[in-house]
Amino acid sequence: MTAVATERPLLQIRDLHIAFTSGKKDVPAVRGVDLTVYPGQTVAIVGESGSGKSTTAHAIIDLLPGTGHITGGSIEFDGVDLTSLSARKKRAYRGDRIGLVPQDPMSNLNPLYRVGTQIKEVLEVNDVARGKAADRRVVELLEEAGLGDAESRARQYPHEYSGGMRQRALIAAGLAARPQLLIADEPTSALDVTVQKQILDHLDGLTDELGVAVLLITHDLGLAAERADHLVVMYKGQVVESGPALQILQDPQHPYSQRLINSAPSLRSRRLMARERAEVRAEAAETALEHAEEVIGHGEGPESAGSPSSADAASADEFGGQVSAPVIRTTDLTKVFKLPGKGLAKRDFTAVDAVSFELARGTTTAIVGESGSGKSTVARMVLGLLEPTSGTVEFDGVDITTIRSRAQQLAFRRRVQPVFQNPYASLDPMYSIYRSIEEPLRLHGVGTGKERERKIRDLLDKVSLPAAVMSRYPNELSGGQRQRVAIARALALDPEVVVLDEAVSALDVLVQAQILKLLNDLQAELGLSYLFITHDLAVVRQIADQVLVMQQGRVVEQAGSLEVFDSPREEYTKRLLAAIPGRSVELAS
Amino acid sequence: MPETMPLAGQTHFVAPSSETPLQATGMVDTSAPPEGQWKEAWKVLRRNWMFWVSAVLLLIILVVVCFPGLFTSVDPRASSLSRSLEGPQAGHPFGFDKQGYDVYSRVVYGARASVVVGLLTTVIVTVIGLFSGAVAGFFGRWVDAVIARIADIFFAIPLLLAAIVGLSALNNVWPNRGYWGGVLAVVFALAAFGWPQVTRIARGAVLEIKGLEFVDASRAIGASKWRNLFSHIIPNSLAPVIVTATVSLGVYIVAEATLSFLGIGLPPSIVSWGNDIAAAQSQVRSGDNLHVLFAPAGALAVTVLSFMLLGDAVRDALDPKARK
Repeated sequence: MTAVATERPLLQIRDLHIAFTSGKKDVPAVRGVDLTVYPGQTVAIVGESGSGKSTTAHAIIDLLPGTGHITGGSIEFDGVDLTSLSARKKRAYRGDRIGLVPQDPMSNLNPLYRVGTQIKEVLEVNDVARGKAADRRVVELLEEAGLGDAESRARQYPHEYSGGMRQRALIAAGLAARPQLLIADEPTSALDVTVQKQILDHLDGLTDELGVAVLLITHDLGLAAERADHLVVMYKGQVVESGPALQILQDPQHPYSQRLINSAPSLRSRRLMARERAEVRAEAAETALEHAEEVIGHGEGPESAGSPSSADAASADEFGGQVSAPVIRTTDLTKVFKLPGKGLAKRDFTAVDAVSFELARGTTTAIVGESGSGKSTVARMVLGLLEPTSGTVEFDGVDITTIRSRAQQLAFRRRVQPVFQNPYASLDPMYSIYRSIEEPLRLHGVGTGKERERKIRDLLDKVSLPAAVMSRYPNELSGGQRQRVAIARALALDPEVVVLDEAVSALDVLVQAQILKLLNDLQAELGLSYLFITHDLAVVRQIADQVLVMQQGRVVEQAGSLEVFDSPREEYTKRLLAAIPGRSVELAS
Repeated sequence: MPETMPLAGQTHFVAPSSETPLQATGMVDTSAPPEGQWKEAWKVLRRNWMFWVSAVLLLIILVVVCFPGLFTSVDPRASSLSRSLEGPQAGHPFGFDKQGYDVYSRVVYGARASVVVGLLTTVIVTVIGLFSGAVAGFFGRWVDAVIARIADIFFAIPLLLAAIVGLSALNNVWPNRGYWGGVLAVVFALAAFGWPQVTRIARGAVLEIKGLEFVDASRAIGASKWRNLFSHIIPNSLAPVIVTATVSLGVYIVAEATLSFLGIGLPPSIVSWGNDIAAAQSQVRSGDNLHVLFAPAGALAVTVLSFMLLGDAVRDALDPKARK
């Protein structure tokens, strides 16, 4: 990643303006961006969704989507202003001199063609090689991109590749014509962290070796800090700060960069988070204990029968909080799915394999794992949305599969509520926000119309949304606001446990930090217990007390959260931790 | 990362914070009134010329259907053979047909049969199709298998052929059914074989919606399956069904005309465009006095076109992705 100090920059963007046409108006998306990339350098553009970072990158290779067009400024590549060229001349730069690694490996390979054919196309279109020579080159390129057994891999179709392998193939295609500049647009955001690290390491090595300059587009500040020499922070279509990566990270000047660095979970000081967490825990444990005593004291519902008294189990945990009796306990929880096998036979697939854990009152247990680890299946079984094949989920001492009567079922539902991942799918688009939050209250016959309205106002206030959103519809709110509404709905029935299934994964870092803070505040205030499902270990530190690391349906490590981060026992946990981007970057504070 | 001197163009730059003021993330735009999906669709619809053209035409057609007497005082069944095949003249703008009926009057009175068949068939088909498709998609497994196979069987038989067979069979058991009996018979024959199309579309829409997280969220608050189906899933899968319904309305009107033309749909005693087109057959062969054919055929074309235009406009409003 050494910046070669040559006189002339490879890419120089000056005062670039880009607008999208909507109706008859031009809506500006990028306003006055300046950017310089020298040969062999890695420059990262960092920003949240809608900041204009991808639009800027796509303008360089004349691939602006839809009605986007450049309204001003210049893009100089190797001394030639690309904006003044004809479409045909611009095309000569694409692939040949500027390569692209696109964002989504799933949709960027044509499923009808062999992977080799698609890379060969790059070679032929750019007149690098033809026929047999091109075939040989394809194999070399795939090998170079880190795919084993490249010869037979080249003959396979995209669906035979995993996500990581597809991204490697796309990197091979991007570098096929040996460009001088490679634009990598969120190249790994769709991949698991461990795969992400492998791919980025490989990309780094490769571009270093070939002397290719890289323009990395990412929302992940940690990742940018680790990989880039020069950083450009974008916000609302403008560059708010740019400079040497290390300098910006350690001493951000613009309030937005400061906010971004403070919110990035991978970059926050561990000490600070542990202290915050301890405060939350102390308060939550107190509230939860009160709550538990109340439940047991009043003998409310059949669930409380036989549940162990909370006080006698109390001992101090690593955050100094009291550990009370578990509110949820799973024993050897197993889920086997039947998948079509060879011929008519069915194949068994064990998604969750003998998972046992406890969730203590007023605490958070996080289940961490990569895609396919079975973590969401566990969440669905705990919520009673999926029947376990074997094993039990006990809620307050009662096996939930034995709950049969409608009244008991409703009683259980009131006490355990979910918040899901996708803020765009978790609210019914036909329901106003008021109706969405009212639905659980109405269904459980809570209160009169007036009382319900007061409750909804109160809930919106708890999740820091103005009461004005009540009459709005989900399509009028941002992702973070929708997720707040989803949390308000989950809290409507005053539950004791909230299952958060990747609840912050789809949000931009700033919004993610706010929602995590909100969840911590609510836990302290209401004594909630959280089951927090995530693929992102960095987030876990901010909220979890206990951590379960899952791999292929099994729990590989189970410990307190400080312990997992400071002294992980299992090789897999260590790998997950090492893959958190930006971990190696030293912050000044 | 090596500590090198910043290169030209890469010195540390900080934008003045006044230029891009940070926005509070909890902000909600309250300047405009709240908008649900339907309201938004209406906004798109309102700006579409196709919608207004078809709406005006359909309004006129509906008035004709309900109050034909407002448009003509001539009895469509008053035959004066002496004026057979006379051309347009004062008081009789489209002239007379072979039987000496007033063509204009018959076009006006014929609208009712065509439009009623189209509307009724569409309503019945949509209700059956929506319900069966929703249940099939929602419950899956054997329910889906049974409904899907039955729908396939009905789908495999061509609509017109099935209607011809069905109506001939009906003629034996229910002869002389009068005006409304005649209309209903055609409606049932078309509806019996038209519903699988809607079933398929509703099933597909429900399958897509039922995988979304708000459905799980609703289950998690303890909503029953049926409640979930009726309060969340069906309302969200309505858009494609409505689009199909408006477009197929025109198809059913054409189907009715075809059946009547073949002499199997509405009995000749009922004034309808299909029957009049059939009666004009001999003129088609001889090639003169074509006004007898063009008047009912033109009315049919305009009506079908209006419904198709409306269907396209509604599709554009409800499903922006299908827009070209």
